[in-house]
Amino acid sequence: MDAVLLARIQFAATALYHYLFVPLSVGFGLVLAVLLTKAYKSGDPHDEALADFWVRLFTGTFAVGVATGITMEFSFGTNWADYSRFVGDIFGAPLAAEALFAFFLESSFLGILLFGKKKVGRKAYMVSGWLVWFGSCLSCLWIIIANSWMQTPAGYTVESTSAGSKAVLTDFFAAALNFSTLQRFCHVVLALLITGALVAIAVAAYYKLKGRNEEFGHKLLKTGFIIAVVCTVLMMPAAHQQAAEVAEQQPAKLAAMEGQWESGPAEMSFFGWVDEASGTTVTVGIPGLTSWLASGSFDTVYPGLNDFGPDYYTGNVNAIYQSYHIMLYMYGIVIIVLILSALVLAGKVKGKWALRIMLFGWLASLLAIEFGWLVAELGRQPWIVYGELLTADATSLAVTPVMLVITLLLFLVIYVMIYFFWLRASFRIIKKGPEAYLPANNDEEVQK
Amino acid sequence: MMTALGILWYVLICVLMIGYFVLDGFDLGVGVLYPFIAKDEKSKGVLRRAIGPVWDGNEVWLLTAGGALFAAFAPAYATSFSGFYLAIMLVLFGLILRAVSVEFRAHETSNLALWDALFFIGSLLPALLFGVAVGNVVEGLPLNANGDYTGSFFALLNPFALLCGVLGLVTMLTQGASWLSLKAELGSELRAKAAALRGKLSLVSVVVFLIVTVMFFAGVQPGASYEVGSMELGCAGAAIYLVAMCVMQFACKPENDKKDLVAHLLVSLSAAALIIVLGATLFPNLIPALDPALSINIANAASSDTALTAMTIIACIGVPIMLVYHVIVYRTFRGRIS
Repeated sequence: MDAVLLARIQFAATALYHYLFVPLSVGFGLVLAVLLTKAYKSGDPHDEALADFWVRLFTGTFAVGVATGITMEFSFGTNWADYSRFVGDIFGAPLAAEALFAFFLESSFLGILLFGKKKVGRKAYMVSGWLVWFGSCLSCLWIIIANSWMQTPAGYTVESTSAGSKAVLTDFFAAALNFSTLQRFCHVVLALLITGALVAIAVAAYYKLKGRNEEFGHKLLKTGFIIAVVCTVLMMPAAHQQAAEVAEQQPAKLAAMEGQWESGPAEMSFFGWVDEASGTTVTVGIPGLTSWLASGSFDTVYPGLNDFGPDYYTGNVNAIYQSYHIMLYMYGIVIIVLILSALVLAGKVKGKWALRIMLFGWLASLLAIEFGWLVAELGRQPWIVYGELLTADATSLAVTPVMLVITLLLFLVIYVMIYFFWLRASFRIIKKGPEAYLPANNDEEVQK
Repeated sequence: MMTALGILWYVLICVLMIGYFVLDGFDLGVGVLYPFIAKDEKSKGVLRRAIGPVWDGNEVWLLTAGGALFAAFAPAYATSFSGFYLAIMLVLFGLILRAVSVEFRAHETSNLALWDALFFIGSLLPALLFGVAVGNVVEGLPLNANGDYTGSFFALLNPFALLCGVLGLVTMLTQGASWLSLKAELGSELRAKAAALRGKLSLVSVVVFLIVTVMFFAGVQPGASYEVGSMELGCAGAAIYLVAMCVMQFACKPENDKKDLVAHLLVSLSAAALIIVLGATLFPNLIPALDPALSINIANAASSDTALTAMTIIACIGVPIMLVYHVIVYRTFRGRIS
């Protein structure tokens, strides 16, 4: 296999893996901050125990997210040296800023959350929770800035030097905001928050199913539900904005998302199959609906894949098409889970089946995010910096395919092991439950 | 052309490396000492709690330095990270395993030996390999016109580079021992052991430093493609290092626990001095090549003034805030662990 493909597989695998934890870290963070605030205000030992419980769940996940995130920062230099040489003037700054503004904030106050409960005041402890969450959002912002610049570059010129051409920054704010940062930031962060809140719902459903921790389960369900509903509703305009941005900035990506080969009004299909060899797509859907969503008119003409020369033809059309649609199906499942949660909260549904479905909402949300990223990244091929630098010209020439295979295997072994232990540790914390964090004298009362 | 901003960022990256070496150095050192100095569950717990609230933040200095190198001197970042590919990956796997072992140990009590082993290996790999990488840079690398490293992985494991690795490791061990003597309970066996080790390890560190220096002037420098950037500053750094280590040796006797903080500050100063020596030696090069025309230096690798100005503004806002976080955390967790 050639080095470019191996490097892409390695980046995709490590990034998708890292992203198994990012939504939980950022999403858990908001739940945590809310629970800490409740506990601070009420002073109720049950609220305190619930917050303590969530701190444990949060920190384990956060640690894995941080550890696997180092891979990503290193990977630009290790696997994508020519990319780094081309974009250093612009792309390095957000990474440095992320470490400076976000990582120090998160790591410092995470230390206080983990070890400082008896050392700082109650208010300072609660504020630490908010700061960790705020830090994780800042981290997202800088990474989205970096990624968005790769998707829709702005605020730069390309200069040729003795060592090849490179992008040179001309306007910091134009580069940072470019054409898609804000839309993509809203889209991504809302998705992360929904996922975290759905875990709270799943944990609550588990306790209700087991018929234990009724009070804790109910509190957790309410907190998770409110966050998830607000974010899921906000997601609709956010996703719309993002789609409109893609239609405008990366029409080839939009064409691949709907498998549209000829120019014309863009369909919104419910399902379908793309045959790339013959250049056809079989779909069931509503003609023109995507045009309406992106532009407000059913008749707006968007170019088809055949209109793009080889320079912008993305390839992997079926993969992009299916990923995009899986993302939408998963969003549908999230909405179903939220409706069930509302019915359970209101006491309208008493059956265990609803609770069982609620156990899996977070998985649907996580899958939606992973497939969404596949659409975003596959959809900009063959470019690594859209319109400026080809992925094929971006790798490290000093790194051989053999090295890539060795490290890919090592990643596989280590990452599978980490996932196994993370899952087991998290399940243990959940099984032990919030009551384990109650002051000893309350133990008996709760166990009844 | 070498710009003032380029020089400023060369200095700032050295400062970030100092921050990393001084801070993460001690917790990596504690991780390597862990199986040797803590035999029972109680003292192991003290070791973990001594670094528990701070190690993560200390490690962020590495990410900041890496990010800053990417932003300010992208060719140096690209060449070093891709050239040292397998070594960097080992460092990375070390850092990952270390992070998860610290976290999982609390919940996975059935695998304590596994987590302890991973914590040790995960600390040892970075503590050793950073120095090896620096040694190779000081020797100069075989690069091609694109800036790619053309040598093999095993060529990186040469005597001078390995000795530099040992110097980095022993210095971190000294930092680790002195941090432990500062954090362990007064009168405890652990504090006594750590303080005794602090003295011995600092001596080893000085001896290794002297051998590295002799090897540099006798073997590396005569064949090197570059001149030592600033002999005066290099000598000053070396002097600071030696004086700090010697003062620590004579003024901070292991049995005197009132001097533990002073000892740790002196050890930290000597670690910082090593980075000064490094920066002064290489200046204005970042990665000297065997063919001097291909060397990566401030003039040919610095980002544009627009980018460096933006970075400078970011640093002016971010660094003071980040220092406040450190003050908060280190103040919150000051004092010995009982």
